[in-house]
Amino acid sequence: MLDFSRNHFELLGLPVSYALDSARLDQAYRDLQAEVHPDKFAHAFDAEQRLSMQWATRVNEAYQTLRHPFDRANYLLQLQGIHAMDANNTSMPMDFLVRQMAWREQLEAAKAAQDAAALDRLEKTLNTEVREFQALLAEEIDQQRNYPLAADTLRKLRFTDKLLADVGAAYEELG
Amino acid sequence: MALLQISEPGLSTAPHQHRLAVGIDLGTTNSLVATVRNGVAVVLNDAHGHGLLPSVVRYLKNGVTQVGHGAQRQAAEDPYNTIISAKRFMGRGIKDIPDLATMPYQFINAPGMVQIKTVAGVKSPVEISAEILKVLRARAEASLGGELVGAVITVPAYFDDAQRQATKDAARLAGLNVLRLLNEPTAAAIAYGLDNAAEGLYAVYDLGGGTFDISILKLTRGVFEVLATNGDSALGGDDFDRRIYCWILEQAKVHTLDDRDKTLLMARAREAKETLSEHPSAHITVVLSTGEVVNLNLSEETFNEMTASLVNKTLLPCRKALRDAGLTVEEVKGVVMVGGSTRIPRVLAAVGEFFGEGGKCSPLTNLDPDKVVALGAAIQANVLAGNKGGDDWLLLDVVPLSLGLETMGGLTEKIIPRNATLPTARAQEFTTYKDGQTAMSIHVVQGERELVADCRSLARFELRGIPPMVAGAARIRVTFQVDADGLLSASARELGTGVEAHIAVKPSYGLTDDEVARMLQDSYAHAHDDMAARNLAEAQVDGHRLIDATEAALRENGAVLLNDDERARVGKLLAALKLALDGEDLAAVKRATEALNQGTVEFAARRMDSSVKHALTGQRLDALEI
Repeated sequence: MLDFSRNHFELLGLPVSYALDSARLDQAYRDLQAEVHPDKFAHAFDAEQRLSMQWATRVNEAYQTLRHPFDRANYLLQLQGIHAMDANNTSMPMDFLVRQMAWREQLEAAKAAQDAAALDRLEKTLNTEVREFQALLAEEIDQQRNYPLAADTLRKLRFTDKLLADVGAAYEELG
Repeated sequence: MALLQISEPGLSTAPHQHRLAVGIDLGTTNSLVATVRNGVAVVLNDAHGHGLLPSVVRYLKNGVTQVGHGAQRQAAEDPYNTIISAKRFMGRGIKDIPDLATMPYQFINAPGMVQIKTVAGVKSPVEISAEILKVLRARAEASLGGELVGAVITVPAYFDDAQRQATKDAARLAGLNVLRLLNEPTAAAIAYGLDNAAEGLYAVYDLGGGTFDISILKLTRGVFEVLATNGDSALGGDDFDRRIYCWILEQAKVHTLDDRDKTLLMARAREAKETLSEHPSAHITVVLSTGEVVNLNLSEETFNEMTASLVNKTLLPCRKALRDAGLTVEEVKGVVMVGGSTRIPRVLAAVGEFFGEGGKCSPLTNLDPDKVVALGAAIQANVLAGNKGGDDWLLLDVVPLSLGLETMGGLTEKIIPRNATLPTARAQEFTTYKDGQTAMSIHVVQGERELVADCRSLARFELRGIPPMVAGAARIRVTFQVDADGLLSASARELGTGVEAHIAVKPSYGLTDDEVARMLQDSYAHAHDDMAARNLAEAQVDGHRLIDATEAALRENGAVLLNDDERARVGKLLAALKLALDGEDLAAVKRATEALNQGTVEFAARRMDSSVKHALTGQRLDALEI
């Protein structure tokens, strides 16, 4: 019967780790979709059409989760029983928060001044920060297997990601 | 079929029958139907050799409906009953329609979707569009010499759920089996990509008569992956016409126009625009009903000035789509130009400037921008109908606009983000806000804005029977599923008790089954057709389709995946359905079809599992080879 018990890595035939061969992920995703996508069942019988939609949905979810570093790390921690993004997990070190606040102020100033160059600079800084967190996650999850520590890093990454998204929204408003 | 068919060597020994399938581009200004014939996609012409069918429907007093060129010619004489650009009203309420004043129609503010009063009664945009589809269907069946197995109907990528559902309803009303709703830019990419063996990142810029789409696609061997899409479902060539129309009014200092003159001036405005695509200036001459003569000369320069803001309006979505795809302009290898409005020289130039900042990316126009969408749809229809060609490809499209629901304070909570790959599903938990609350009203919306009031309302449904608890204690899981056509269904479930409510997101704007039945009755009352015969015919088509699909599946791996008993059971159900199909008993056909459907659930599951295993083994082998 329909086996949804496999985790996303197993479904795509990949090792359970934060480090990822993205070319292999893309290939596995396409190979799977080539078998289960609803377009392959447009002329099939009803039960197959229904199952095809469920499988293709499942494969899309697995792919999207593994493809994005944040979601992949969060999912790996979930497999370890750690829900890093729970609402009651909110404590953050002071120096981190101060830095975030400074960046928020920069963002507001750039928005007020409609200053695209300032947004570019901020985006660059934030992207560097994001890459550092990602490197840290790889270390903490794959090497040290220190999942609570990785959960802290993940929460910091979330803050920075959110800020990046707001920078993106500010670009939109520049028109 | 007139031609004998010979199956490919090595394939199934069963008679390989070519299934008749078409692609239909249901456009704002023109519509087309295309098919794959002898391996080549071709647009099907009418008896006069016209491929393009003007999307114009005229209702006459005597119950006759005119569609296409004939209707277009009479537009100025009969403005109230001649509906032009009905696509602009699909799935739209009266408040969503801009420029109402320039249109002569008697709109009726019906809930969900606007309707139009004509001499033949009140018509919904769905019925009007169905008239166009019926003509194309008849054209295809006459030309191909048989009944169609199905059709792929194209829609603007930026069409929301309401507009998509309305399109599917129109096809159903026209008696078409919809194999898939396909996004117009994606259809163009198929036609273009397969023709040019293109690889890499491409943009498809599609400016039609009434809609604008931009899609960013990644083309790799055999895969068309849409990375992001954006657009404006109320921006197109019509708006350019309207700018000219307003300019004429201003220049000629005419203020009051009757409806005949309005329609006439709009037609002249369109002709002037078309002239300007090839000449530096256009002459406009109109004799108004008052006898007044309008005589003007419009230069390309003036035209470009008055439409500059429209051209610019298309560039912002381009920027947003690139951003969503995480790409810069330099990474885009080419821009495919689609839609008649891309013939406007200034549009072509602006797109070239935008994407070719380094001068290396010029717009691709080697396929006819009016036909490329229909051709791509035909190619996809051929594959979906089960006519396997030599090569196979995979098409991965996305949701154009975020889907969410209303939370406290009129705010939108997004559940499925825009640009999620189809099909997709997402669940989220909500809770009650009052002590003892036993029902929850769920309001499904689509759009990017924070406030529900700024998004499109798709449906409302209620979950009742929640046991009384303190506020915040109940856990209600709302699940959204979007299928491969981009259509949403939603369900809600209280996790403690399992109380459940489902909705195919539809009734608040689309047509209920009763309404479709009523419309079918109406249309067949005129044609002196028999509803019962029609129902039986449809059930028989469904039954035969199920037999074909089941037998094909059995041939493929029935021997491996089913044991003798199981095979015998499916065989019995097949035989029963065949027997029912020999008779004329509608209920018996439906019963036997349902029984076979039920009886193949397990077989389907095993087939799917075996496919998944096959994909994974194949992939592991590839990995080993590297």
